[in-house]
Amino acid sequence: MKKLLTCAFVIAFAVPGGAALAAGPSVPVDDANINLEDTTSLQRGAEYFFQYCIGCHSLEHARYNRIGQDLGLTEEQVAEKFVHTRDAAGDPTGVGQLIEIAMRPDDAEEWFAQPAPDLTLTARHRGPDWIYTVLRNFYLDDSRPLGVNNATFEAMGMPHALWELQGWQKNVGEDGHIELELVEEGKMSTEEYDEVVRDITAFMTYVAEPIRMEREAMGMYVIGFLILFTILAYLLKKEYWRDVH
Amino acid sequence: MRGLLEWVDARYPLTKTWNEHLAQYYAPKNFNFWYYFGSLAVLVLAIQIVSGIFLTMFYKPDANLAFASVEYIMRDVEWGWLVRYMHTTGASAFFIVVYLHMFRALLYGSYKKPRELIWVIGVAIYLVLMAEAFAGYMLPWGQMSYWGAQVIVNLFNTIPFIGGELVTWIRGDFLISDATLNRFFALHVAALPLVLIMLVFAHIVALHAVGSNNPDGVEIKKFTGDDGIPLDGIPFHPYYTVKDMIGFGVFLILFFAVVFFAPDMGGYFIEKSNFIQADPMVTPDLIHPVWYFGTFYTILRVIPDPFLGVLLMFGAVLILFFLPWLDRNPINSIRYRSAIHKLNLVTFGITFVILGWLGMKAVEPFYAELGLRFTTIYCAFFFVLWFHSKPRSFAFSWGSFLVLAAGYTYWDFLRVEAGADPTMTMTWWLLPTAYLAICLLGPLYTSFNEEKPVPARVTS
Amino acid sequence: MSYEDVNQNRRRFLVAATSVVGGAGVVGLAYPYLSTWAPSARAQAAGAPVEFDVSQVEPGQLIVVEWRGKPVWVTHRTPEMLDMLPENRPRLVDPDSEVETQQPAYAQNETRSRKPEYSVLIGICTHLGCSPSYRPEIAPSDLGENWKGGYFCACHGSRFDLAGRVWRNVPAPTNLVVPVHMYVSDTLLVVGEDEEGVAL
Repeated sequence: MKKLLTCAFVIAFAVPGGAALAAGPSVPVDDANINLEDTTSLQRGAEYFFQYCIGCHSLEHARYNRIGQDLGLTEEQVAEKFVHTRDAAGDPTGVGQLIEIAMRPDDAEEWFAQPAPDLTLTARHRGPDWIYTVLRNFYLDDSRPLGVNNATFEAMGMPHALWELQGWQKNVGEDGHIELELVEEGKMSTEEYDEVVRDITAFMTYVAEPIRMEREAMGMYVIGFLILFTILAYLLKKEYWRDVH
Repeated sequence: MRGLLEWVDARYPLTKTWNEHLAQYYAPKNFNFWYYFGSLAVLVLAIQIVSGIFLTMFYKPDANLAFASVEYIMRDVEWGWLVRYMHTTGASAFFIVVYLHMFRALLYGSYKKPRELIWVIGVAIYLVLMAEAFAGYMLPWGQMSYWGAQVIVNLFNTIPFIGGELVTWIRGDFLISDATLNRFFALHVAALPLVLIMLVFAHIVALHAVGSNNPDGVEIKKFTGDDGIPLDGIPFHPYYTVKDMIGFGVFLILFFAVVFFAPDMGGYFIEKSNFIQADPMVTPDLIHPVWYFGTFYTILRVIPDPFLGVLLMFGAVLILFFLPWLDRNPINSIRYRSAIHKLNLVTFGITFVILGWLGMKAVEPFYAELGLRFTTIYCAFFFVLWFHSKPRSFAFSWGSFLVLAAGYTYWDFLRVEAGADPTMTMTWWLLPTAYLAICLLGPLYTSFNEEKPVPARVTS
Repeated sequence: MSYEDVNQNRRRFLVAATSVVGGAGVVGLAYPYLSTWAPSARAQAAGAPVEFDVSQVEPGQLIVVEWRGKPVWVTHRTPEMLDMLPENRPRLVDPDSEVETQQPAYAQNETRSRKPEYSVLIGICTHLGCSPSYRPEIAPSDLGENWKGGYFCACHGSRFDLAGRVWRNVPAPTNLVVPVHMYVSDTLLVVGEDEEGVAL
């Protein structure tokens, strides 16, 4: 009990960390500059996600067909491009199902020390800028088990899944200061790669809250309606209060 | 229609109730902006009950399912996102409205005779509301839910002798777990709302028995016409029902602006760490309660000794119960009280907000220093309120000032001995000292303590 | 207070206007709240159309396919069975499937099916929801000499022929329901979806 007590108060009093409100990034992040209304960007982002990320990371709160509906893809396209797992009967997973991963948690633990986290809500937890920055900040580091480190998320237990596209960066900074430089070119130029990462970030932001665009569009009408109500109520009050002297 | 009404009235006091509480309940005609928050609190209560009932239809109070069931509501249930955002926004809105409602009581002395019980019941509502909010905050079973609950439940651990067993009993397990979640769910959706509604009912019954206070703080029942109706009173219905509609409209515009455009409210209404499922093995970098507990959380952290900290925190809430007996000044409204009293109230409001802001911050020496100084002011406020009940003598004024100042100065001395930064300590020492000097010594040497004559009837 | 100069018309109008707008707001808010009761995305995924290869059903055999938690009977009727269907007509309530709610338009025919040999029916009695049993034999002792094969509900004795048409003088009021279905190839049956889309 004493331990728990100490624990609670260590948590309560001695927790270091930035002045940022929640567990946000303490490292500066770049502006992701995404546009959720750009459906083609979201589509490209989804394709990259299902090509490079889905091997390890699930989107276990999202459904394939919802992504299709929101991104303007037919169920056939969704089934063909995104569905990569099979159900208990050995058939491809239905498009109405949640997006899980094929990798067994045990395997993941063996390969990467811990299962890769689900990414459905990462954009709401970390924010789009963080995702955009992390995906561009991998660098070679022999001291890490997988040979890579990340300038934004130190000691991240994740390999650089997009290295083919970006190429490899190395830390050329001195005295613990990190400065990255491209030492091996990938298939893409830096600008092209940033664009890919922006698409992925946009997709992850969408998937973290699929209703967002719809809710914002709807909000204007609700507020407009309430303003009308308030004006009427104001006139009504004025009318009745003429009695009161 | 008339026949039906007569039939009902012969069996149930329907028309009587309508008249007593609405059509012939005479409220002072000079209610101002601050008087919207009572009816708004009832509106928010209704929003919370309805949205809560609908959430209960889809939520699963099970440690393995809770987090996913919230996302299920957000994505798979048609319009579930709207119901949930209304509930999360409603929780914060409830506290905003209630805090303003309570501050109104401070401004116009609404807790004074004969309204002490309205105030006491109101503080009880506030306490139940805090328990309700705390229990509800646990249900999404995110990291902040879990660790917030961990820290707050562990407060009971500080109670000597029985603390450890008490905490285990509250949790029903050796850690915050499924058992804890399940019982907090029962408290949140059944037990506490029932108590809350009964207290709100009692609050309104008490109010309608003695009648409403008003910004002038004068009793409208003293001046009645030949028909026994207060001259400065108007029937609640239709005059205040239509007026409250404006309040509802403006409130709902703000409320739905948050729901539709910023449901997270920058991480204050829905905290970012709560987008990760609870994990007993990993603590988030920064744990703090939701913003509406921030003030009391800062007060808790001010004192290094855990048990004393807990006592001070609960004391800071419970002292509110005694407000009617602390402030014995015969004048109700701030309008006719002294400039120093006005300063005292404004300082208290600002202090409350700053303490709340500090509760969201990680502990750094500067914030800790601010926390200590404003906590001192928070506590001193209640003494000052009592002190201003009547004119005080020279000796008593200086005496209380010196005793209080000596108290925290000695504490500062100990802190500097233990390694606190002397410059920062001395600089911020000025803050409570200035406050006390103005409030306790000001009346002796300035004319700012002059009170204005209270009119017999309401002014506008 | 004084009541002179009160414009009652204006007052009545404003009360009405505010009430109508306020009422519309309450209705507008009630709609999403009541909508939450509709089947969620999860329920819809679980109730998604089911595919079934009918070539695995032997002549005379019935295989039960589950769709939305209900038994769907896929019966392979032999030519003899089909030949006997018209003989039941005098004993049936609705031999021509005129009650439209009981089948899609494409099943409103003599065999109540899209392919004569394959019958697709929801295996729930239209009386009180029991699941009848498949009784393909002719004139068994317990069902009498008029029985040409069909479905018999043991709960209350309702009788249906091999096209799911209900007999006269039994508790069940209507024919068995033919679900929305279609064939996407010669033998691949989809239950719960047809050319017009997924079943409601």
